[in-house]
Amino acid sequence: MKVMILAITILLTLAVLVASPFLGMTSISAGTVLSAPDDNPDSQIFWQLRVPRVMLGFLAGAAMSLAGMVFQAMFRNPLATPYTLGVSSGAALGATLSIRLGFSFAFLGVTGTTLAAFAGALLAIITVYGLTRKRPGASTATMLLAGVAVNFTFSSLILLVHYTSDMASSFNILRWLMGRLDTVGPDEPLQLLPLLIFGGLAALTLHRELNLMSVGDELAVSRGVDVSRYRKVLFISTSVMVGGVVAICGPIGFVGMMAPHICRLLVGPDHRWLGPMSLLFGGTFLVACDTLSRMVTAPAELPVGVITALLGGPFFLWLLTGRRGSSVDAGM
Amino acid sequence: MSKIMNMAVDVRHLRLDLQGWPILRNISFAVRAGEYFTIVGPNGAGKTSLLRCINRILSDWHGTININSVSIAAFSQRELARLVAYVPQAGGRHNPFTVRETILMARYPHLTPFVSVSYRDLRFVEDALALTGTGSLADRAMHTLSGGERQKVLLAAALAQNAKVLLLDEPTTFLDPRHRDVFRRVLRTINREKGLTVIEVTHDLNCAALDSHRILALRNGEVAFCGVPNQFMDEDVLTGIYDRAFLFTEHPVTGQLMILPEGGES
Repeated sequence: MKVMILAITILLTLAVLVASPFLGMTSISAGTVLSAPDDNPDSQIFWQLRVPRVMLGFLAGAAMSLAGMVFQAMFRNPLATPYTLGVSSGAALGATLSIRLGFSFAFLGVTGTTLAAFAGALLAIITVYGLTRKRPGASTATMLLAGVAVNFTFSSLILLVHYTSDMASSFNILRWLMGRLDTVGPDEPLQLLPLLIFGGLAALTLHRELNLMSVGDELAVSRGVDVSRYRKVLFISTSVMVGGVVAICGPIGFVGMMAPHICRLLVGPDHRWLGPMSLLFGGTFLVACDTLSRMVTAPAELPVGVITALLGGPFFLWLLTGRRGSSVDAGM
Repeated sequence: MSKIMNMAVDVRHLRLDLQGWPILRNISFAVRAGEYFTIVGPNGAGKTSLLRCINRILSDWHGTININSVSIAAFSQRELARLVAYVPQAGGRHNPFTVRETILMARYPHLTPFVSVSYRDLRFVEDALALTGTGSLADRAMHTLSGGERQKVLLAAALAQNAKVLLLDEPTTFLDPRHRDVFRRVLRTINREKGLTVIEVTHDLNCAALDSHRILALRNGEVAFCGVPNQFMDEDVLTGIYDRAFLFTEHPVTGQLMILPEGGES
């Protein structure tokens, strides 16, 4: 059963990844892409814009989804994601400041805004983690509350920066805050890849530890899991991964909260299955949403964050009201 | 020397504070390998905290705790879990895993990160299911079970963990009389026949007197009594621990002194 669902998800992932670059404002035929010379505009759009964009979407969705899964397990709370713990607002503050101050430098091909967002994400991670380290044995509730507090503080700072900006910066800030996947070449997905590998390896290989921690920290300790150590490893590796995504794509966190829940309903609570499933489903979901965002209002483009939230919110509510809703709670 | 060597758990001058409050004070006792050792005491005496120190769920205590003459500070958490298993106070209300998965997860300390579960691990799971009579529940999700059923599964999981020392925290609280006695029989079997060292926290003084080799009583975080059941079932000893008078009678089969509940006003 689980094997079947995973197999179907893999097929679906491949189908979406292959089909998505052909779809958009203008549809591109397979013949054009394969036979046409490099100066053909359709071929250029395909290879230089759409393929990198699909890659970026998949990596970002997979990263957010895995990170959400890890945090939901560690905190045994359906709302816990690095996103809700302030990482994205940290990144957003960094990016907002950088846009407001007009940073225009680039370092090793990484733009100033991305670097600033990454620094903001790291700042949030260190703040939340540092706050909870001060009190040994801090409960997961303490950590969540610390995250919420950090989130509020950073959000109000973003508003402040936004408020004092001129029209042009203000527009750029707002556009960034909506989340974006449009990219101009393979640089951005390639920047994200090592971060996803780093965070993803931790999330996928520590499936036994995640299973035990998702049942309870004390039980996990009594079974031999060094909880404080693995919590640190997972917290940092996934947060860095999310910091990278938010720095490049803006806050598109809804995927991270929703995708693992949907996967849990499909394959159950065992992280050996839930990990690969969340990775594939999260990535595919974001690519599909992004493809839609290119098509529904063509020739304009909707921000992908609008689509994920519009599709995901009601779907999630529907899941919660159905008879399966109880298992979402139980999963926590 | 040999007397020291076969001490399964040796606690010396244990002191524990939680958020500035003294929980345990100068606790010293030793449990022999293969002993059935019961810890009793009024609510808030520190019984659960004591168990949690032994398996390092709580780690900022002072003093020494040795297992087989080696300080537990020397073990990794994984190594410690191969020596000591724990049955917590009824938990698992939010555990979404099935009974079989829950028990298999207790094999964690015997697994290495890149080796998958072996036939031997599954054997331990099936044996634990059979021994505790939870086979019929194997494919049910934990959160759909009753409190008593969950406690039996938690015992099965601790057995599958295959440690020589078993810590139990009020394991029979939610069991009806029949299942409580089944549970006690399982514990006696693994203690007498498989040689496991059992350290059990309970409020059931009669069962403690019947099943244990020795009883430790805590009061306000200190040792109030440590000895055999016959010394424990004593007016002065019990009054000193619980601040009330007790009525005694003899068990019709074993002759062990037992406590009777207070009668009505008449």
